[in-house]
Amino acid sequence: MGQQSRRKLGVETLTCTEFIALLDDLIDDSVTDTMRADLQAHLKGCEHCEVTLSTTRKTIQIYRSHEIYDLPVDLRERLHAAIMARCKRGC
Amino acid sequence: MSTIQSIAGENEQHPDVALVERVRGGDVSAYDTLVRKYERQVFRIAQHITQNREDAEDVVQDAFLKAYEKLEQFQGNSKFYTWLVRIAVNESLMRLRKRRTGRMVSIDEDVETEEGSVPRDLADWAPNPEQNYTQAELAEILRKTIQGLPQGFRVVFALRDVEGLSTEETAETLGLSIPAVKSRLLRARLQLRERLSRYFKQKGAPAGNGPAIAPQTGS
Repeated sequence: MGQQSRRKLGVETLTCTEFIALLDDLIDDSVTDTMRADLQAHLKGCEHCEVTLSTTRKTIQIYRSHEIYDLPVDLRERLHAAIMARCKRGC
Repeated sequence: MSTIQSIAGENEQHPDVALVERVRGGDVSAYDTLVRKYERQVFRIAQHITQNREDAEDVVQDAFLKAYEKLEQFQGNSKFYTWLVRIAVNESLMRLRKRRTGRMVSIDEDVETEEGSVPRDLADWAPNPEQNYTQAELAEILRKTIQGLPQGFRVVFALRDVEGLSTEETAETLGLSIPAVKSRLLRARLQLRERLSRYFKQKGAPAGNGPAIAPQTGS
C-alpha cells in the first residue's frame, strides 16, 4: 500500500491499478483523447508503469515478428499435396 | 475524402470471397490458393493449442479438408480466414482431447491463476534485448515462455496478437464474450512480459517488487 501511495505522487486522477487495467486499451489505441491524456499524465509520474507499458509493447512486437513454429518447406509441400489430393477426390 | 474512402473500403469484396465462389463452382485450383495462403497460420494456431508437432500437422490437414467439405455452409458474412480459424481451433481441441484420452479440454482451462496479473519484475529491458540471442535461442525462449501460459490465455494471445484477429473475431472464434477476451489478453500479455523479463532485462538491473496493482478485470 505504501508503494501504491508513493507512486501516486503528482498524479491525482489515476492509480497504478487503474492504469494497468487500461493498459491494453492504450496499447491497442482504443482510448478516448481524455483517457489518453490521463494515462499519459500518470506515466509522467510513474516509472514503473512506464516500464510495464514499454516492455509489454516489446513483448507483443517480439512475438509478432518472430516465427516460433515454422513450417518447413518440405513439410508444407507434403501437407499441401495431401490436402489437395483428397479435395480433388471429393474428400 | 477519407470518409468516402473508408466507406468504399468497407464495401469492397475481400479477395477470398471470389476464391470461395470459384471453389463452390468446382474450381479446385482456387482452393489450392486458399490453402497456400493460410496453411502457415493454421499450423501456428494448431501448434499453440496442441503444443505437439504431429498433432499440428494433422490439424492442418483435417481443418482444410473440413473447410472444403463444409464450404457450402460458409455464409460470407464473416471472413473466410476467421471461419477457417474457428474450424482449426475446434480440430486442435479435439486432438488434445484424444491425446488426453477423453478428458474434457476447453479454452477455459487454468484461467483462474493469478500469476502475472500483478507486474512484479519492474526492471527495464535492454534496448534491443533479442539481439543478445541467436535466432534459434530466441525462438526457444519465446516457445518455452508462451507454452508456460494457461491454455485459455495462450490461445487468446495467439489469435489476437500473433495472428492479428480483432477482439470481436477472437471472441466469436472461441465462443467467449468480449470482456472475457479482453481480460485474458491483458493477463496473457502481462504474464508473458513478466516471464520474458528474466531473459531481457538490463544486466545489473534489480528485479524490483511492484505494489499490489492487480488489474480490475473479470474473466
